[in-house]
Amino acid sequence: MIEQDAVLDALSGVRDPELDEPVTDLGFVSDLRVEDDTVSVRLRLPTYFCAPNFAYLMVADAREAVLSVPGVRRASVVLDGHYASEELNTASAFDEAFPGETEGPDLGELRTTFRRKSFVSRQQQLCRSLLAEDCSPRELARMRLGDVPPSEAFETYLDRRAELGVEVSPEAPLVVDPDGRRVPEEAVVQHLRFAKTVRVSIEGNAALCRGLLETRYGGERGLGERPEKEEATT
Amino acid sequence: MYEKDGEKYFVVDGHVHYWDASPENTTNKYGEGFIRCFYDYHKNLSPEEYLWSLDKYRKYSEEDMMHDLFEIGYVDVAIFQSTYLKDFYNDGFNTTARNAILKEKYPDKFILNGQFEPRLGEAGLEEFERKHEKYGFTGIKLYTAEWHEDSKGWKLDDYWSIKHLEKCVELGVKNIHVHKGPTIWPLNRDSFDVADVDEAASSFPELNFIVEHVGLPRLEDFCWIGTQEPNVYGGLAVAMPFIYAKPRYFAQVIGELLYWLGEDRILFASDYAIWQPKWLVEMFVDFEYPEDAEFDDYAEITPDIKRKILGLNAAKLYDIEVPEELQLVTADQGTGFDVEEKPATER
Repeated sequence: MIEQDAVLDALSGVRDPELDEPVTDLGFVSDLRVEDDTVSVRLRLPTYFCAPNFAYLMVADAREAVLSVPGVRRASVVLDGHYASEELNTASAFDEAFPGETEGPDLGELRTTFRRKSFVSRQQQLCRSLLAEDCSPRELARMRLGDVPPSEAFETYLDRRAELGVEVSPEAPLVVDPDGRRVPEEAVVQHLRFAKTVRVSIEGNAALCRGLLETRYGGERGLGERPEKEEATT
Repeated sequence: MYEKDGEKYFVVDGHVHYWDASPENTTNKYGEGFIRCFYDYHKNLSPEEYLWSLDKYRKYSEEDMMHDLFEIGYVDVAIFQSTYLKDFYNDGFNTTARNAILKEKYPDKFILNGQFEPRLGEAGLEEFERKHEKYGFTGIKLYTAEWHEDSKGWKLDDYWSIKHLEKCVELGVKNIHVHKGPTIWPLNRDSFDVADVDEAASSFPELNFIVEHVGLPRLEDFCWIGTQEPNVYGGLAVAMPFIYAKPRYFAQVIGELLYWLGEDRILFASDYAIWQPKWLVEMFVDFEYPEDAEFDDYAEITPDIKRKILGLNAAKLYDIEVPEELQLVTADQGTGFDVEEKPATER
């Protein structure tokens, strides 16, 4: 028998590409039903006009995640309350949902752009905590992954690195750009300064989206929803 | 004008609407979805005492607007940013013609901005010129996510957009407000991307590009462009109300903007009737950074910086006369990066 928790766990691996957080944490999963080998999931978004390309990615990724759970043979993922719900729920490719309005079927480029942003933001988060622990920018520039003490922020950073195909061996330098190139010592401070802007942007968007979702659905919580993390005040 | 603790502030509200989303004017489910989405922004980020019913929010009166902006809202001059949405609302959402009703009645209170529709090609140019002749625009507002027939958006560096921007130069319409939205052509691209603003700003150094919502949700890309192009400005509509609901986030956004763009290129706006200027102005004048390390690399926001943001920067762009007593009292604080004026690149 398929456990609902196993499906929810698989869905927690699906991220909003823009907000860099799991769709479960964000409250986007409104319903989940298991019947024999069939799983039905309902998704919801903060606004009727959320960008259709990101919406498509989440629906497609959710379907794939559900099908990856052992024993699941059929998965239905339905997005509610979006201007393009109908198109998104029936199409098997993005360009099929919006004929004539796209250039090619692939959203790969869009996904990569946002993976790069997530990477930069997560790197800054990690480096910020290292700096707060009295590590100097110069030391950061010389640090290798093997020198970094274990933490949740470090794990997430490694995930984002791996996703981009950037080396994750213990010998690899810690501060690299999204192409994996080491950031020279004299450029580290400025590199991290811009990375902070990326993080502020992503975190702010996530805060806005959470607020709008809460208002839109009158505070009704999603499955696996987790409130906004308290901001670190270090 | 707002006064507190002996400091006086001239207020230009850089982004207001006089919209009609009444059921009678709403064409389809998209128009219905649009106003409800707007209403959620209002509900989510406003203090409780400023909340309206959905009914009032769909279509408010001239009296409401004059009262909220000028009687209690401290606004000296407000700028109408026309938003057409003709595919969603029968007579449009807040067209130039609708905004002009108030502009004609209160000519000293409002600046009326127009728009153009590049997807109409040659006919769009003629239409824009005709409207300019009638209204004498000094600025326009462009919404790149606007739907038109089969198209769900456009970019500033499209062929016909460039033709229209050339027309702006010719007519002396120098302030170009750009609002990004969730859709664009092609739909597989990031519609919030502000790279086309960079292109246009380089090509048209004689125009000012005011990016609405300070590029949100792409604040980082917007800030980067701001350090490259001296004629790029940030409009604070939508970022402002965070000052109440998410004060830490507001502090970060304003800190980032001052760090990258500096105090001379940020413009206050309420986005009325989504939010009301009264509480935004009051809270902004009271604003201070929270005391922790996250805010250590941000320059202090002095009353002079607040004066610039609340009105003096916009007054400069729109040649609005400011009484002597409301001018700056001290010197430039030197925030932001130095950006050199550049010659036009080839269009």
